[in-house]
Amino acid sequence: MSDMAAVAATTVVPPISLRRRVTDHVMTGAAVLTVFLVLAPLVAIFGYLVYRGVGSISWSFLTQTPKPVGEPGGGMANAIVGSVMILAIASVIGVPFGIGAGIYLAEFGRNRLGSVIRFTADVLNGVPSIVIGIVGYAIVVLAQHHFSALAGGVALSIMMVPTICRTTEEMLLLVPQALREAAYGLGVPRWRTTLSIVLRSATSGVITGIMLSFARIAGETAPLLFTTLGNQFWNLRYDQPTAALPLQIYVYANSPYDDWHRQAWAGSFVLILLIVSSVAAVRYVVRRGSFGGAA
Amino acid sequence: MANPAFPRPDMSGPQPVAAAKVTADAVEAKPLLRTSGGETSDRVFRSAITVCGLAVLGVLGLIVYELVVRSELSWHAFGFKFFTSSEWDPVNEQFGALPFVYGTLVSSLVALIIAVPLSIGVAVFTTEMCPKKLRGPLSFFVELLAAIPSVIYGLWAFFVLVPLLSEYVEPFLSKTFGWTGLFTGPMYGIGMLAAGIILAIMIIPIISSITREVLMVVPQNQREAALALGATRWEMIRTAVLRNARAGIVGGIILGLGRALGETMAVTMVIGNRPEIAKSLFAPGHTMASVLATEFSEATGDTYLSALIEIGLALFMVTIIVNALARLLVWTVTRGQPARGHV
Repeated sequence: MSDMAAVAATTVVPPISLRRRVTDHVMTGAAVLTVFLVLAPLVAIFGYLVYRGVGSISWSFLTQTPKPVGEPGGGMANAIVGSVMILAIASVIGVPFGIGAGIYLAEFGRNRLGSVIRFTADVLNGVPSIVIGIVGYAIVVLAQHHFSALAGGVALSIMMVPTICRTTEEMLLLVPQALREAAYGLGVPRWRTTLSIVLRSATSGVITGIMLSFARIAGETAPLLFTTLGNQFWNLRYDQPTAALPLQIYVYANSPYDDWHRQAWAGSFVLILLIVSSVAAVRYVVRRGSFGGAA
Repeated sequence: MANPAFPRPDMSGPQPVAAAKVTADAVEAKPLLRTSGGETSDRVFRSAITVCGLAVLGVLGLIVYELVVRSELSWHAFGFKFFTSSEWDPVNEQFGALPFVYGTLVSSLVALIIAVPLSIGVAVFTTEMCPKKLRGPLSFFVELLAAIPSVIYGLWAFFVLVPLLSEYVEPFLSKTFGWTGLFTGPMYGIGMLAAGIILAIMIIPIISSITREVLMVVPQNQREAALALGATRWEMIRTAVLRNARAGIVGGIILGLGRALGETMAVTMVIGNRPEIAKSLFAPGHTMASVLATEFSEATGDTYLSALIEIGLALFMVTIIVNALARLLVWTVTRGQPARGHV
């Protein structure tokens, strides 16, 4: 910082040299360029998805099951329903545990155990989904002796918990302490305060967290590969191999048939729509409902 | 101990740090608050909630237990040679995971080389350069990249990126940089390079959102001080912003690395899935995650399955270490700040 002394001594700011000015402009230009380079694939992926997806989607795609190999036509109706079923199973298991763990961290977790759980949740968030698939295979498929929708649901629920847990904690901590104090002051027991006052005020934030994790698992394929396995036919039973949209996309993309490639694009388009619309729907309901919200 | 019955103005408020302190106080002052005999229900509630919290630990324990127990067979059969041998022969039950380890490392490294400058550039632009109005939408769009399912990345990469690579990019690279030996051989498009590029696109949102978060934590007066000393904007960014945020940026990069190491579907669809070690990035490869994806459900024989699960265990341990390291680095920078959305 010898320049500083020089500036102080002369009290005249020396003009910025050409080299420094050029560097400044070059770096600004480089930063703008990176933005374009990063947004280009986003635009390309969405553009191509809509272009191929809309062109390939049809009534039969949404209502029929797959045709035998090589035969054109057919659809992914069973996979769409299968995905909804697997996601429902995952949510039923994952959401309560995630919220519960989040409440624990926010309300009782200011201790050693809390820090350990917090750290574990963060680390769990980074476990590769394929490894979670192995665990789903080991604890459900091997116990049941066959692949099933339940195994996939369990695997996905494991992926939901850390995200929901951490966002719930963050949202509950945003609720002003005065609200809790007011409830205690009125003699409301702690559990009632937590559920009806704190959680209630943070509802919209907590639901945003749930949707975030939902969107993340809805497109997951790796944990389903050897848990739900996939199925060419209808299946509505939780303990049987089930078709799932991401799985079907993967299988069709790897096939040599043009018609299946088209269906893979249509399936991707439906998958994105499913994710976006479910997130939007829940947000709309939350906004319209009577839940105010600290977040 | 402060008595919660007499709230002090500094005790309430939306800052989580302050709120946390108050919660601790309230726990100790409990007897004061128990007027309605809710003790039993409170205790039941607290235990139920604690069980949920412990379930998080339980899940991690379960993962470790299952992976360790079920890979025992392979561990006993091959020992440490498992990770140094490159022979992968399911028919003769000879398993060596070196090609997969190599593929995972190289594809992730390529991804980092591409993603790091781009992510930092985007983060710097959003926090330091772009007009305020553009800031929100821009980070939203970048994070939208994170919402696209991996299998759709794979689909796009397979049908759009791979033909593009084999027709334009790879011939160019081969002509210009062929002498390095990294860009030689047949140009199918499918291979390490394609995997690295698609991984880069997938980890950019992670690295750039963490970097943005870290840059925003750098105190404003650091910037003002640099500018007041006559720095140009870039010099200010370099000396005052990036230098202060170094540890956090490295944390973000490592977090991105963790994601790249474990990424499965997109890589499986474009890497070629051949357990070979080749110097050229045009050559097909295989990663730890992709071999699990392609071979697990068809694995016949206990040793084969056990070998695959051992690969899963190794992948798990590497990502755990990488993630823990990254979290620590990010925490050292953003400590004391309200935690924001994490990926």
